Amino acid sequence: ALANVFGLGRPALPEEIAAWDLDVSPDGTGLPAGSGSVEDGEMLFAEACSICHGDFAEGVDNWPKLAGGEGTLADKDPLKTVGSYWPYLSTAWDYVHRSMPFGDAQTLSADDTYAIVAYILYSNDLVEDNFVLSNENFLSVEMPNADGFILDDREQTEAHFWTDAPCMENCKDSVEITMRAMVLDVTPDEGDAAAEPAP
Amino acid sequence: MSESSPKNAPSRRQFLTGAAAAGAGAVAGGAAGATGPDPLITEVQDWARATGDGVDATPYGLPIQYESDVVRRNVEWLTADTISSINFTPIHALDGTITPQGCAFERHHSGAIELRKQDYRLMINGLVDQPLVFTYEDLERFPRENRIYFCECAANTGMEWAGSQLNGAQFTHGMIHNMEYSGVPLRTLLEEAGVQAQGKWVYVEGADASSNGRSIPLEKAMDDVLVAFKANGEALRKEHGYPVRLVVPGWEGNMWVKWLRRVEVMEGPVESREETSKYTDTLADGTSRKWTWVMDAKSVVTSPSPQAPITHGPGPLVITGLAWSGRGAITGVDVSVDGGKTWMPARLAAPGTDKALTRFYLDYDWDGSEMLLQSRARDGSGYVQPSKAQLREVRGENSIYHNNCIQTWWVKANGEAENVEVS
Repeated sequence: ALANVFGLGRPALPEEIAAWDLDVSPDGTGLPAGSGSVEDGEMLFAEACSICHGDFAEGVDNWPKLAGGEGTLADKDPLKTVGSYWPYLSTAWDYVHRSMPFGDAQTLSADDTYAIVAYILYSNDLVEDNFVLSNENFLSVEMPNADGFILDDREQTEAHFWTDAPCMENCKDSVEITMRAMVLDVTPDEGDAAAEPAP
Repeated sequence: MSESSPKNAPSRRQFLTGAAAAGAGAVAGGAAGATGPDPLITEVQDWARATGDGVDATPYGLPIQYESDVVRRNVEWLTADTISSINFTPIHALDGTITPQGCAFERHHSGAIELRKQDYRLMINGLVDQPLVFTYEDLERFPRENRIYFCECAANTGMEWAGSQLNGAQFTHGMIHNMEYSGVPLRTLLEEAGVQAQGKWVYVEGADASSNGRSIPLEKAMDDVLVAFKANGEALRKEHGYPVRLVVPGWEGNMWVKWLRRVEVMEGPVESREETSKYTDTLADGTSRKWTWVMDAKSVVTSPSPQAPITHGPGPLVITGLAWSGRGAITGVDVSVDGGKTWMPARLAAPGTDKALTRFYLDYDWDGSEMLLQSRARDGSGYVQPSKAQLREVRGENSIYHNNCIQTWWVKANGEAENVEVS
């Protein structure tokens, strides 16, 4: 690394770094010491989270569902939750700790966060009701979709989109309209316009 | 919501009124000639007799009232609330390539926060020789660059994966803006702190409650990423990250972290919520792509389009639209009026530039018959914008993000246009 070239800025103090550097990586780096039980998590969740996410993390109205959806990822309408989709538990801890509850973020202690994450795991049937999550056993939890992700492979699987000479003439024999937005009629402020009959 | 007010609604009724008025105009002003003297010419108008506003009337101006439909629009049913939500740039009504900041789309995860320059701090930490804190004033003292880039939300056109849903280019393609940014290369700030040899990634996060943390490989961070504080000549708008945002050329908008507060040099990626739960693309077999950073070549005809119908009848017609690619410059755009059976090369208003919007035109003599209007972009890497069928063949219908398919507008004989899919 080079020596400072402009000499601008000032050294960050340890307290400042500790206040802002809260991220937790998949290997557990960044997790503070602490623990929380499913039982405590259930209570905390009921107070701070259930109004949007439901008593059992099943979601209320349009708010995100945190539990359920196992085995649906290849379905027509997959249900992607912490249990069915998220590859790493670290993400759940990190995100809840820093950005939840919505509208009152950064109010949960480390122990609160362990407890709430333990309850989310329980809601997804991934741990028993007497489970206690801590920085010690954090990596022992297996996330069902941990192997469900591949690196961006567009340049291989979509290599045929790179083409020297795209068709310019006689590219299709016929063209038919197969779907129409006016039939669905969900565009805002079109409520007074009756959908037209299909052709 | 204000967006729902009838004033801003391009309703079918308004369309029909407009079409009727334009029809009358066509008779008066068309090849048939005037039926009588035009009072707008023969009678002295108010604006030609009295005076207009003084120069002190508008210290900072807004568009004239007659352009009140050229505004951001919200689609209520898309998200649970308006705080973690999206709105849409009125691309159907714009021309050229620079997006006016005041109607450039917004996407927040915990709302548009208000952060004064005096309260602004940027921290560089992690695998660096010297963790640093910068004030806003510090940032303005580093050597600066100016660059024009598009910022496209990864979810732009995402509602259209399974079919034609929203009727208008603003809604199907309006999660995008294109601005001239002034700022400091992220590389400069990282070099100021001294990146250590183990550093392979940076983790960037915002000052807002959502934080929007994302991991970026060090090569990209050291290449063309900007720490920007001006856009289109003036300070960033509050809703676009005032006073400082990240500009990540060619890459999905989610990574353009607003209200940027921290850059951490790391050995590995954080795998944050915004790169695991979100901004991962599920394929038909249930596996999902992650780190799909680049936005592929894409285009859309902005006029005619459902919100910009043809009101002037047959004859000369300007077909225009936008093309862009995260893989480089746009090298060409083809336009079809028959649903992709035949294609005509469009005219680029200016040569394409790296990872920025490009305006295209096709000057067309419309005979008044129906058209199935499409555009197809090509970029410097040789990539040709695919059809939706081609994309679905590889990805299925549940990717949510990165839908860069060819769009079709069905232009009817009366000039009205509709979002459709074709075989």
